[in-house]
Amino acid sequence: MSDLILDRRRFLKGSGGLLLGTLLFGSGPVALLAPSRSWAMEMNALDSDTGTRLLSVIRRIYPHDNMEDAVYAFSVKALDERAAKDPSVAALLKQGVADLDKRAGGKWSTLDHPHQLAILQDIQTSDFFTLVRGVTVTSLYSNELAYAHFGYEGASFPKGGYLMRGFNDLTWLPSPPADASPNPFS
Amino acid sequence: MTTYGYDDDSVVVIIGSGAGGGTLANELCQKGIPVVLLEAGQRQSTATFINDEWPSFEQLAWADKRTTSGTWRVAKDFPNLPAWICKTVGGTTTHWAGASLRIQDYEFRALQTYGAVKGANLLDWPLTLAELEPYYTRAEDKMGVTRTNDIPGLPGNNNFKVMYNGAKKLGYTECSTGHMAINSRPRAGRASCQQLGFCFQGCKMGAKWSTLYTEIPAAEATGKLELRTQAQVIRIEHDDKGHASAVVYADAKGDLQRQKAKVVAVAGNSIETPRLLLNSSSTLFPHGLGNGAGVVGKNYMRHMTGSVFAEFAEPVHFYRGTIMAGIVGDEIRYKPERGFVGGYEMETISLGPSFMAAFFNPGAWGQEFTRVMDNYTHLAGMWLVGEDMPQETNRVSLNDAVKDQFGMPVANVHYDDHPNDLAMREHAFTQGQALYSAVGALKTHRVPPYPSTHNLGTCRMSSKPEDGVCNSHGQSHEVPNLFISDGSQFTTSAAENPTLTIVTLAIRQADFIADELKAQRI
Repeated sequence: MSDLILDRRRFLKGSGGLLLGTLLFGSGPVALLAPSRSWAMEMNALDSDTGTRLLSVIRRIYPHDNMEDAVYAFSVKALDERAAKDPSVAALLKQGVADLDKRAGGKWSTLDHPHQLAILQDIQTSDFFTLVRGVTVTSLYSNELAYAHFGYEGASFPKGGYLMRGFNDLTWLPSPPADASPNPFS
Repeated sequence: MTTYGYDDDSVVVIIGSGAGGGTLANELCQKGIPVVLLEAGQRQSTATFINDEWPSFEQLAWADKRTTSGTWRVAKDFPNLPAWICKTVGGTTTHWAGASLRIQDYEFRALQTYGAVKGANLLDWPLTLAELEPYYTRAEDKMGVTRTNDIPGLPGNNNFKVMYNGAKKLGYTECSTGHMAINSRPRAGRASCQQLGFCFQGCKMGAKWSTLYTEIPAAEATGKLELRTQAQVIRIEHDDKGHASAVVYADAKGDLQRQKAKVVAVAGNSIETPRLLLNSSSTLFPHGLGNGAGVVGKNYMRHMTGSVFAEFAEPVHFYRGTIMAGIVGDEIRYKPERGFVGGYEMETISLGPSFMAAFFNPGAWGQEFTRVMDNYTHLAGMWLVGEDMPQETNRVSLNDAVKDQFGMPVANVHYDDHPNDLAMREHAFTQGQALYSAVGALKTHRVPPYPSTHNLGTCRMSSKPEDGVCNSHGQSHEVPNLFISDGSQFTTSAAENPTLTIVTLAIRQADFIADELKAQRI
């Protein structure tokens, strides 16, 4: 979470760009975890424009209508970390978003969703797409905000596991008999 | 803490500390035999295990480079991760789910029972169930397997409730929370299961059996064990008589060490074990140590697997509680009328969002995929696991074009599905989908095999030296003081999750090694 909090000193020091946003769902699961509605994420290698465009691309590759941009920002951050380690990655990403505009004959981000998608389908075997998709699939779904979004409860050991917290609370089917599934406390 | 000198040639050197190596180490130490246990990974504990999928994967998994070939989908989606196994003290017993089933009598006689299967290299084990039964009993007691030794079964979670009701609707009669090496009650100094839901990430309760906190500390307590961690074995050396004499490994600093040995036992899992033997070639053994028959690395098996996930209108929260919470046993039979030989189990499985995204349909994107993820709390899931056919061409070999950090060729894992595997997977997918549809699934999904957790058969045991690598005790046909102590020994895969049998064979092997040492035959 701390990565998402706007920190002016880090903002001034950072050499890369900055992703900024506001949570849309004020009472959603992500908002409950966030200290404020506004969020910002510093980047090390990518500029703000490339970061913002990548976020839109990622949203289209893995569309979750009700998912906050703040969650998608984790994947931009993961791409930025790759770019910081390898300059060729930064170039590939920058060139990739420029190529999308070229194919769109203007700004890819202003196209309607079906047209955005059609262009992504055309480039789905490209190095750019493969990198963005590959980094996204291991980062977008692997952070506390995503867990909250999907209703996954994350680490359970600190809470004593699920033995007393609903591991067998399903009521829309009959409970199996004791010979198949013994009572834990008998 | 016990230490042995590098020149101490009285020790048994065991390579790998998982189900096979960790158990063998303890069994030998209990008999007073000195053991040096070499483990490539680091030592974790229930305190350091992480309840988060990718960070835990980074902590425990064997991520050193391997390559793949063949028509299996893993080669395309995970070209450098053919197997999902561990590099840590305790090996893959940190990651396994705990299912502990005995191999059935007929499965030890696969060739006799099924007859010759075209394209398959079937062979009968040089062992029978009757011979193994006393050792299975010892293994079940050691591991605390539920529904044995008066240990009650585990309570089923929500994922199991869905499986059970679907199984009944389909007319299946053998569905329960099964035989699990997970404490349903405190036992043997370990806590009972609190249904954490992180069996794959190392059990932070220590309720699931792992050599990390059972066999290895028990062996250390005898004063006979020296465990060396971050010890990556490079090769095994032999003397003029062709007997194994020393093990060369890179220590934590990357410095090469040579540990002399009376006996060498290899338990690096079914990819590293043949790789090590092949990398230990010499003038006397030009094709690899103990590879006179040319069988080392061949007949690689990984079980027929696949998963079915189902979406429901009502919540399931399948991630709560044990991963393999229950099993359907009706299809673990020899029923050739289904169109294939061998059988399979259905076992519940759940994945967190991280692994769900990575493994649900590798490479998939767009709304069809994200819609399933949005339904995450309403999913139920099962893993299908069955016998696969040994094929000579499915093999672990050395990839001379790719070297590890010590300059040794990495393993290439080649796998093509046999028509029998494909027919079984089709049947299992169909039955799994029918099971969930019977309890109102809105949609069911066929999920392809994950990187392999059950790696078997690459140094198989055989009665005739020309058919395999070792005898029924795991002893090399060629090098009398060299033993294979992991799932590489399996002559055929059988349908059952292999860990219980690996432990059983290790207990039996320890008795044999002790007898042979006493009689000065090795």
